[in-house]
Amino acid sequence: MSDSDATLKKFRSDVNQWMRDNVPVDPGFLLPLSFLEVGTEQQLDFLREWQNKVWRAGFLGMHWPSEYGGQGADPAYQAIVDRELQRYNAPILFNTIGLNWVGPLLLDIGSKDSQAKYIKGILSGDEIWCQGFSEPDHGSDLGSVQTRAVRDGDDYLINGSKIWTTLGNFADHMILLARTNTAVERKYDGLSFFLAPMKIPGVDAHPIRKVTGEYGFNQIFFTDARIPAETLMREEGQGWGVAMKTLEYERGVSAGQASGHWMVSIQMDDAVDQLRTYQRDGEPLLADPIARDDTIKLIMEAKASALAGSRMRIGRLTSDYPMGLPLSSKYRWTEYARRMKLFTASMQGAHSALYVGDEEACQGGFWQRAYFSNFGATIGGGTSEVQANIIAEHVLGLPK
Amino acid sequence: MTSVIGDLSIALSEEQGMLLDVARGFVADKAPIDVVRGQLETASGFDTQIWDDMVSLGWTGIALPERVGGSAMGMGSVVPVVESLGEGLLGTPLINTTLAGQLLLRAASSDAEPWLQRIAEGSIATVALLDSGDWGASNTLTEIADDGVLRGRKVMVGDALVADIFLVLCQQGGLPALAVVERGALSDRALTANTLIDLTKRSANVDFTGVKAALICSGDALVAALRDFRLLGALLIAAEATGSAARCLKVLVDYLKTRKQFGKLIGSYQALKHPTVDIYCGMEDSRSFIYHAATVLSDEPLSHDAEVACRMAKAQATDVMSFAGDRSVQFHGGIGFTWDCDSTLFIRRAQWSAQAFGDAIHHRKRLGELLLGD
Repeated sequence: MSDSDATLKKFRSDVNQWMRDNVPVDPGFLLPLSFLEVGTEQQLDFLREWQNKVWRAGFLGMHWPSEYGGQGADPAYQAIVDRELQRYNAPILFNTIGLNWVGPLLLDIGSKDSQAKYIKGILSGDEIWCQGFSEPDHGSDLGSVQTRAVRDGDDYLINGSKIWTTLGNFADHMILLARTNTAVERKYDGLSFFLAPMKIPGVDAHPIRKVTGEYGFNQIFFTDARIPAETLMREEGQGWGVAMKTLEYERGVSAGQASGHWMVSIQMDDAVDQLRTYQRDGEPLLADPIARDDTIKLIMEAKASALAGSRMRIGRLTSDYPMGLPLSSKYRWTEYARRMKLFTASMQGAHSALYVGDEEACQGGFWQRAYFSNFGATIGGGTSEVQANIIAEHVLGLPK
Repeated sequence: MTSVIGDLSIALSEEQGMLLDVARGFVADKAPIDVVRGQLETASGFDTQIWDDMVSLGWTGIALPERVGGSAMGMGSVVPVVESLGEGLLGTPLINTTLAGQLLLRAASSDAEPWLQRIAEGSIATVALLDSGDWGASNTLTEIADDGVLRGRKVMVGDALVADIFLVLCQQGGLPALAVVERGALSDRALTANTLIDLTKRSANVDFTGVKAALICSGDALVAALRDFRLLGALLIAAEATGSAARCLKVLVDYLKTRKQFGKLIGSYQALKHPTVDIYCGMEDSRSFIYHAATVLSDEPLSHDAEVACRMAKAQATDVMSFAGDRSVQFHGGIGFTWDCDSTLFIRRAQWSAQAFGDAIHHRKRLGELLLGD
């Protein structure tokens, strides 16, 4: 049942007013471009306070059950909030792994106990979540994870290492994919899925510095870390299915996310505004026919991807490859974004060489940093190359 | 300030959906690839029975008003039909006839109605537009004298050998003018068939010198109608190319799924897989653009959004078609290099579509003016 247009309109205007009054202005230090690069305590404190404020205002988890801190409303309300957050260029809602992957997963297939225990903390930002899937030797090939979980009485003992763990140094909990059985025929059948505590002995987080110069990722080392057996989700050996379900939320194939506002939105219009300020050969850059042509190609890419979102809902226009548009969405958007940011960072003449920290850098080095940072999107959540394999195999039916 | 991304609407009406279903079925039923191949070296390039069936289905009148015998569903409803024809690589005069109808409809007053009626009834019509290979030329050397006699030669007039009605872009005292010539007024010697790269298409150079024509309209009304005609032409070629790219992709994927080398199906090699995915994504982008254009255009003069949509559709569809045809020949290996492989048809279609109504660079240049300013 959806609410009337008038009710939604009123809500939009309330949100609008609230944003106007509450979206913080420049905090005086660099804020992360996405949840992937929360690097300092200062950033964390600021973002935690902001998410908590949005939640207390009643604008987060709009369609999550009210008994766990949600608003019990129609998903349309969250879409309105997200749009307004973006429009006001509000700071990100940093607890993204909780809000967008773990929360929907628990609400979908988690036990009542786990919902009661975790959902509220996800929304308030009091309990931070991270994801322990990738390993140093197994990035894209998740089925091969080697981190061991061995049953020991009422606990499991965890040994091994996870990498690229966003928020791992701050997190209270991890969704952990670990191997409980090495003697199975199919490697996938030996995996189990845990809601593992992080602030316990035997868990060490080592922050990793990124190409941007910032932090946000970690390598996590488990050394006889003891986690309660009740943190196992489903049964032993069913971890692969749960992990795949999680990836559906991560890749946006399934709905239910508490908020999509997890990155600073950088649109084609921002790029065009910036390109208009550049000079080349003593004239505006956009008077140069080649620069114009490249700009138009990028605008077309952005428009085509946005149009795919409109067409996805029309069955007759997607009948030859019904899952094609959703399954190619991450591939097209993240690759387009990389090219768009690279182009905008590269058209500055000598200023293209300046980085964040230099007073003369165009927009404070924003585009250079945004370009580097975008690799988080083309690599994380399944690299573009793996995405291309998925499209080839699951959409076109090509052999593995 | 408005966004460079602009309108993002796509809708499919019940009528468009039905036309899509019927056209897909028609092409699958009437035009398997051996039927298409059977027409490659004939003079007309199409089977008259298939054309008669298309006329009976009312396809020549889809976008014409009811008062001339059309069904008034708009150009947005021609898109799914032409996309389907493209999927079948089926050469027919439908695109040229439809576009000629639009030029007449948009340019002229009630004077044009008898011709529109004949078009709706199935007379083949075409527009004699080009003096040279330059799609961007805005003037013509062909003149019409006060007594209605033409002087000049047009090149690459689509379906000229079978057309009943020619709309000739000419000038009168420096102003653009549109004149109608009946096939009966032309001698056979006036027509010289072109040897086209795409063997499913036909065109000819036509010498109109000394031919008496009926002046239909001139001046500003014609300029506006010509702009829309060129945009709609770009859109229909884009729709056709999108269908052809989708078919090319299917043929390619089927081959990658069956051909083995070094003991493995070649479709398992990422060097082939990933470019094939890029063909797929590019085809989907073209389809989004053509149906977006089909959604935002109308019988009125085309809006800014509609112009952007038509130009993006053409630039995208023919670029992906070129890539698809090119990679299809390459990925088929030795067999791809042969006449008997259907990749031959696709790469030739690709080269033809790329130029028709202006290539991708032509349209991106104009998109620059529309979206980035001068």
